[in-house]
Parts: sequence; C-alpha cells; structure tokens
Amino acid sequence: MKSFIKNSSVFNLAGLVIAWLGIFAFFWWKAPPNFHSLDNFKTMARQDTIVAIATLGMTCIIISGGIDLSVGSVVAFVTVVIGLLLQAHQNPWIALICGIGAGGLWGFANGVLITRLKVVPFIVTLGTYLLVRGAAKGLAHNRTIDSPVSWLNDLTSQPTAEKFSITAPWKSIWQLLPVGVWLTVIFAVIVALMLRRTRFGRHIVAVGSNEQAARLCGVPIERVKLAVYVLAGLLVGLAGLMQYSRLTLGDPTAADGLELKVIAAVVIGGASLNGGQGSILGSLLGAWIMTTISTGCAQMGLDNWVEQMVTGGIIVLSVAIDRLRVRKD
Amino acid sequence: MQNISKRFGATVALDNVNLQVERGEVHALVGENGSGKSTLMRVLSGAIHPDSGSITFDGKPYAPHNPMEARRLGIAMIYQELALCPHLSTAENVLLGMEMQQFGVIDRKASRRTTEDALRMLGIVGLNVDAPISSLPIATRQLVEIARAVALDSKIVVLDEPTSSLTQADVEKLFEVVNILKEKGTAIIYISHFLDEIKRICDQMTVLRDGVNVGESKVGAVDTDMIVSMMVGRKIDTIYPRSERHPGEVVLKVEGLHGARKPEDASLELRKGEVVGIAGLNGSGRTELARCIFGLDVVKSGRIRVGTIEGTAKPAKRWSEGVGMLSEDRKLEGLAISMTIADNMTMTKLPPIVSSQKQSEDSHTWIAKMGVKCRGPQQIVGELSGGNQQKVAIARLLYHDVDVMLLDEPTRGIDVGSKETIYQLIDQLALQGKAVLMISSYLPELLGVCDRIAVMHKGLLGETKAVHETGAEEIIREAAGA
Repeated sequence: MKSFIKNSSVFNLAGLVIAWLGIFAFFWWKAPPNFHSLDNFKTMARQDTIVAIATLGMTCIIISGGIDLSVGSVVAFVTVVIGLLLQAHQNPWIALICGIGAGGLWGFANGVLITRLKVVPFIVTLGTYLLVRGAAKGLAHNRTIDSPVSWLNDLTSQPTAEKFSITAPWKSIWQLLPVGVWLTVIFAVIVALMLRRTRFGRHIVAVGSNEQAARLCGVPIERVKLAVYVLAGLLVGLAGLMQYSRLTLGDPTAADGLELKVIAAVVIGGASLNGGQGSILGSLLGAWIMTTISTGCAQMGLDNWVEQMVTGGIIVLSVAIDRLRVRKD
Repeated sequence: MQNISKRFGATVALDNVNLQVERGEVHALVGENGSGKSTLMRVLSGAIHPDSGSITFDGKPYAPHNPMEARRLGIAMIYQELALCPHLSTAENVLLGMEMQQFGVIDRKASRRTTEDALRMLGIVGLNVDAPISSLPIATRQLVEIARAVALDSKIVVLDEPTSSLTQADVEKLFEVVNILKEKGTAIIYISHFLDEIKRICDQMTVLRDGVNVGESKVGAVDTDMIVSMMVGRKIDTIYPRSERHPGEVVLKVEGLHGARKPEDASLELRKGEVVGIAGLNGSGRTELARCIFGLDVVKSGRIRVGTIEGTAKPAKRWSEGVGMLSEDRKLEGLAISMTIADNMTMTKLPPIVSSQKQSEDSHTWIAKMGVKCRGPQQIVGELSGGNQQKVAIARLLYHDVDVMLLDEPTRGIDVGSKETIYQLIDQLALQGKAVLMISSYLPELLGVCDRIAVMHKGLLGETKAVHETGAEEIIREAAGA
C-alpha cells in the first residue's frame, strides 16, 4: 500500500478517475436524464477531440520543461490553409497534408527560436501566438473561408451508414465513433509509448527533469527540444484539421484561448510546469474532465461563467492536492 | 544547546550534541564535511526542529518555530551563498523584512540612516547605500550582510565558511569586523575549514565528528595537529586502500589548456591504472579543468588528447570515446532527481527502443555491486540519501564502462560508510586498468587515494608530483600560493 501511494503516477491517475466519476455522478444526478446515455458520450468524445490531440503535443513540451502559447493561433492558421486549398479545388488529401505540415512548420519555427536565440519558450511562443494569429487573419483577408464539402468534414461527425457510402474512403469500419476520435486514441498510444519506451522519449524527460544532468550525459539537448516542438506542431496541425472538420470552414479567429485549455488539461493531468513530470494518460483524463464539465453545464442550461469558474476551481484544486501529497512524502 | 539529536531517515545527523557559546566570544565550530555542523546550525536558526534536546538562549528556553522567529530573537545566519537580493539597494537589503515605514510608505531617509549607522559601527564608511547590491564586490556584500545582523541587533552571528571566496586583504577586513562585533558583546559562531584562521580569531572551539562531540577546548590550548586528529579521528591509512598499481600508457594528455574563464594554463598526463589528484581551493579552476576536458566548458586554447584522438569534443563524443565525468553538484548537474535510478544509470547508453525490463536488470546489477540502498531500480533518485545518490551517479560511469573517469568531488556531502565504498571502488578500478582523475577539497583523501597529485592555484595547474614526494603542508602552501 505504501509503495502504491509512493508510486505517484498510479496514485495520480486513480485520483483523476475518481475526480471524473464524482463530476460525472453530479451531472447524472442534476443534468437532464440523457446525460449518461451512449449518445451523449459520443458527443463528448467528439467535442474532446481537438483539445485532446493538442494535449498530446503539449504534454511532451511541458515534460521537456517548455511551454507553447501559440497552439490556438496555429490551429486557426491550419483551418485557413485547409479552407483555402479546398476552395482552390485541391484534393482533400493535399489540403490535409499541407494543413498538418503548416502546424509542423510553426512548431519548427518555435523550436528554432527557442534553441538558437536561447530565449525562454514562454516569451518566444507569446510572440508566435500573436504572429501566427495575425498571419492567419492576413492569409484569410480577415474573413472566414467557405470551402466546398469534402470528406474532411466527416472526420469529426458521427458516421451514418448513408454518409459513408457516399463520401468517405473508409466504409463499414468502426462506425461507433468518428474517425477523429479513433485517430486521437491511436496517436495517444503512439506518443505515450514514445515517451516511455524510446530513447527520444527518455531524453525528453531527462531534459525537463534536469537539463544540466542531461548535458553531462551527452543528451543532444538542442536537437531534442527542436524535435519536441516539431512533433507538437504536427499534432497541433492535426488538431487544426479536426477544428476545420468541426467548423467545415477556415476561420482565422477560431480556437481563441485553446492553448490555455490545453495547458490546463496537462496540468490537471499531473504534469509539472518545471518539467520532468507528466503523462499522456493523465493529460487526456484532464481534457476529459474539462469536456465533461462543459457538456454537463451546457446541458443543465448553466451559463458559461459557471463552467469557467468550476474548471478554474478544478485546476487550482488538482495542483493543491498534488502539493499536499508531495509535502507528506 | 544541550543534547541535541536529529535523525534523517536512517542516518543520525546529530547525536546528543552540546554547544555552549558565551557573549563576546568567537566560537569555532570545526568538523569535516558531513560531521553535523550545518545541521546543528540549521537547528539553531529554526530551519529544522531537533528530535530531542533543548536550547537555552540568554537564560531562557528557546525553541524557534521558523527562521523568521529565530532572526527576530537575535540569531543571524550568514551563509557561504549570500542571502541578498541583487537588484535591491544596500539599504533595502539591510532592512529587508523590517522596512521602516510611515503611513505604509518606506521612509527612505530613516532607512538610509539606519543602514549607514550599522555600517559605520563595523568601520565601513563612504558606501553608497542606494546602489544596487550587485554593483558591490563579493567581500563588501558579505559585510553588508553582517551589517544586517547589526541593524537587527543580533545577539548571535553565525558565519559559515565566510572566507572561502575572499582574497587575503578582504579576509583581514572581515576579521576586523568580527573583532568589533566581539567587543560589542555579540557571540560569534565561526565555521571554517581553515585551521589557521581559527587559531587567529577564535577563542573557544567545539569539534564535531559524525554527529558527535569529540572535543571542546580553548583554541590557544591545542595545536593544529591535535585539531586535525580530533576531526579525522583515525589513522588515514586504515580507511584509504591503496593496492600496488602499475600505471600503463598515457590515455589522457592535456597541454597548455586555457578555458574561457579558467583554467588559465593546465597540463597533465593521466595513465592507465593510476589515480591522479587535483588539489586546490574552491574557485581555483579545478572543476573548470574537468569541464573543459569533457566539453562542458568552452576551450580557448591548448590541446587535449584522449587515447589517440586529439581535440576538443562535446560530452556525447567524450562518452563514446570512453570518458565519463562525475559532477561535483549532484542535485544541479549530476542527477535528474525526479527520474528513476534505472533512467539515471543508463541515460548515457540508451538503445533507440528502451526495454524497461532490460534497463531494470542492468541497473539491478550495479545497485547490488555498489550497495545502493533502495527499493529497486524504479525508485525515484530524489528519495535516496546523499551517499546513495552519489553511488548511482558513479554507477552511471561503470555501466557505461568508461576507461577514463573524471571525478569531481566524488565524496562531497556523503556519509563515512559511502565514502569508504567509493575509495575502495576507485582502488579496484585503478587495478582494472582504468584511469582516474580525482578532484577534491579534502586533502587526506587525495593523499590516501591518489598516486600523483597536482595543485591548482588561481587557474594555474602546478607540476604533478608523486604522492610520497609531497605532503599535506606542501600542497596547502601551493594551493594558497605561498
């Protein structure tokens, strides 16, 4: 039992699951009866997708001791890129690749600025936060980009038999949830395994845990950091694709404040902003808790301010519990 | 302070320690690293609470809950790393936490006057008390900290290794200040490794060893040798194993090495199967020498040859050449404290895909060989004691199977048992044909473990001498530049 409590990651995950169960039970009791229906779960999973995918990259960045404030702006930029390409009657695959690539490029830009200029990530990404948002607005001439219907729109929509037969290249597979949700799960597994089971992943943790020690051990710190930001950028690109799919258009003002939601999910999930600590599963649970709260509040007909205050409270509470536990050790 | 005891987990840091200091007395607290001096002072300052024992202060029982309360009651601690805010002015620093206010606004005139009064009492005049503290030299900053103690009207001032980063002239000034405080009736507890300083300014002394009182006497009544034998407490030969070694070919050659800051000129040769020691004072450039060789610091000029490979290199390349380095600072640089033992041991040689089972097995071997006390390879390093952490840091070099080891202060801040393990290990490694470069501030261990010793003084590395041709006194003289 003692080793169980000391094993902080297990304890932390158990705590998150319990917290979610508590929140879920509350809404089951208070919200309209369909809250615990399967359909509602599907809705929540769909809504969770964008934050969840962006969370995967942010978890890696925060574990490496960095931060990325440009996530929301990059997501908006990606929707604009995809929208414009589809508008120009490009193949959806090309739009998809270019969209994700654009995310990767902005990640690369963040990484280069952080490692070459040796400026702290907070400042660099505060800069790119504005810069990318501005670029997205410029590229879209300050308007939303209406684009023709394509199968990209179906990535986050609930599959129906009839829709599948018309547009999607995948047919009768896993029709329970939209493709976007499955992609989230697949990428979560890949990134989690990468963090745990590869040299690169261990190097990310080492750089965040103690950069000096990592340097002493011959870890190529700059290269690791750059790679982390590129990887996170690609994942943010994917989140942008999901955002496009939700909106079905390119919107340079989309995903405003998304970065803070993503950071909140990672922090609720048990990561330390000092680096070296955090887990993919924890971050996903953090995102899931936030989605549950927002869905629950919406279905209870509560105003947005209630949801914001509850979420804010959860963030402070989760960090406070973590502090108390550490102090007891 | 009577019968103070304090345990940290399984280690007894203080065992029924007594310390009695009179008004107007300079009391030396002497002991090796890890003998319990700092723990005792942390008890006095309220930073930690003793498990048992009592403290009487001015005839009244004294049990501070925290450092702030101890400070208010008149106990001032002045540590090696000065506790000053570099961006604030001298006056602001002196009065930090007890600002003189009027209607919630700081009374600058009164602050300035109080600060100047405190400084004048210490014989310091003409200091611009409005300038930021970072614009002052280190020695003056230390005096400012003492002035803070004066302004607080402290009854006891604790000076922890006050001279380690001062020049000789500054040391003299510090001694004058200490004498002024003494005449004022302040009690001073003086912690230092420099025995000649203690002989000069202290009246009374208490010697600690492994958390126990081993001697108390008037400083005038004992000579340096007696103090040293009280501190060490046993014959050096018994704890330092030295088998007969047969050095082979040169594996590391450094010529005229000049780093970006230090060293300024260092040359040495390290052979297979030998242990070479680098002595010298803190800040003389010993650590920088190792860091330059290992590629952590920038090399300005000079040549480094590892085996047959010439030139400077980054740490990753050095590891692949079979060179490993142990950092002097475990927490800051040596180990990733929040990661597991297994991760820390195997970090330098991870395969692209990590098998945690293989990683655990490898670490397990070295945990057993080094006698690391832990729950297993997956335990977080931060939970281990200092000595066990150091064993993990050293095990990293052994797991990597390096041929040349750069060990910077391998026994700093660890218990005696762990020290002996490390001495034995170094001896075995030399017998196996490894080359060891060992930097240490603790002379007896250098003399006990090394085959040859070179002394660093102000960035210049002296000639390497066989250990039987030199001695403690000669090394101390060379290190001090005398």
